[in-house]
Amino acid sequence: MRLIRYQAPELTPWSASDRWSTLRDELNSFFELPLWSSFARSGQLFTGWSPALDLYQSTDNIVAMVELPGMRKDNIEISLHDGTLTISGERKNESTNGDKAERTERYVGSFRRSIALPTRVDANKVSATYRDGILTVTLPKAEEVKPKQIQVS
Amino acid sequence: MNTLTRENRDADRTQAEHFIVPPASVIEAGDGYTLELEMPGVTKDGLDISVENNELAIIGRRSLPKIEGALIHHESRPENFQRTFELDPSIDGDKISAKIEQGLVTLTLHKAEHIKPRKIAVS
Repeated sequence: MRLIRYQAPELTPWSASDRWSTLRDELNSFFELPLWSSFARSGQLFTGWSPALDLYQSTDNIVAMVELPGMRKDNIEISLHDGTLTISGERKNESTNGDKAERTERYVGSFRRSIALPTRVDANKVSATYRDGILTVTLPKAEEVKPKQIQVS
Repeated sequence: MNTLTRENRDADRTQAEHFIVPPASVIEAGDGYTLELEMPGVTKDGLDISVENNELAIIGRRSLPKIEGALIHHESRPENFQRTFELDPSIDGDKISAKIEQGLVTLTLHKAEHIKPRKIAVS
């Protein structure tokens, strides 16, 4: 099961992160039960992995910042469709091959986040960097939505 | 082995600064343990790892990229990371190594020599 959390940017007066972190804490303690631990490790139960996403808007750009610790650059996918930015990917459990996990809180598996962009962007000029576990996607605004100075003749 | 993962939550209360507890995993690997902690935005310089009185403390200070513009959708938390673990007596506190890669801290903890199984030659 995959849950795509969608929120229009103007509909977030409450702190989304607090609410979700509480839920995550509850899930974590729940997963400490031996029965659930194997499901938790597969990362597919309930929301799985839902990395935190911030969106910034300046005069020229929309910038999305996503916390994705411990990923490989090649396993991150970014797509833009119909004004919606989607970031997805998969984190593989590399270090635990053959070893015994004593306790695990880290999510492994796939994630998918989608967010509606507040304005039109130039899809051909989108750039992204991945550094220190943070993905930064810069989406330049489309020329027609940028504020223009009009000269009075 | 249970004491390895027992957290010392009381240690955080005396601190004035508020920290986030990063998600962690403990993996038993060969002759020791691998401890992984997620600290996005933390660089090598922002990481402070110490062992005192059998307590392993990991603090990660973030250096987040400065982004121009107004924040219009916010989910991340700005606080730094801190987590402490009480070390099992079987772990050699002098032999802990650490690395950070893309916001993932990996610590390698070795079992102390006297804990490892040893063959005793019969003379």
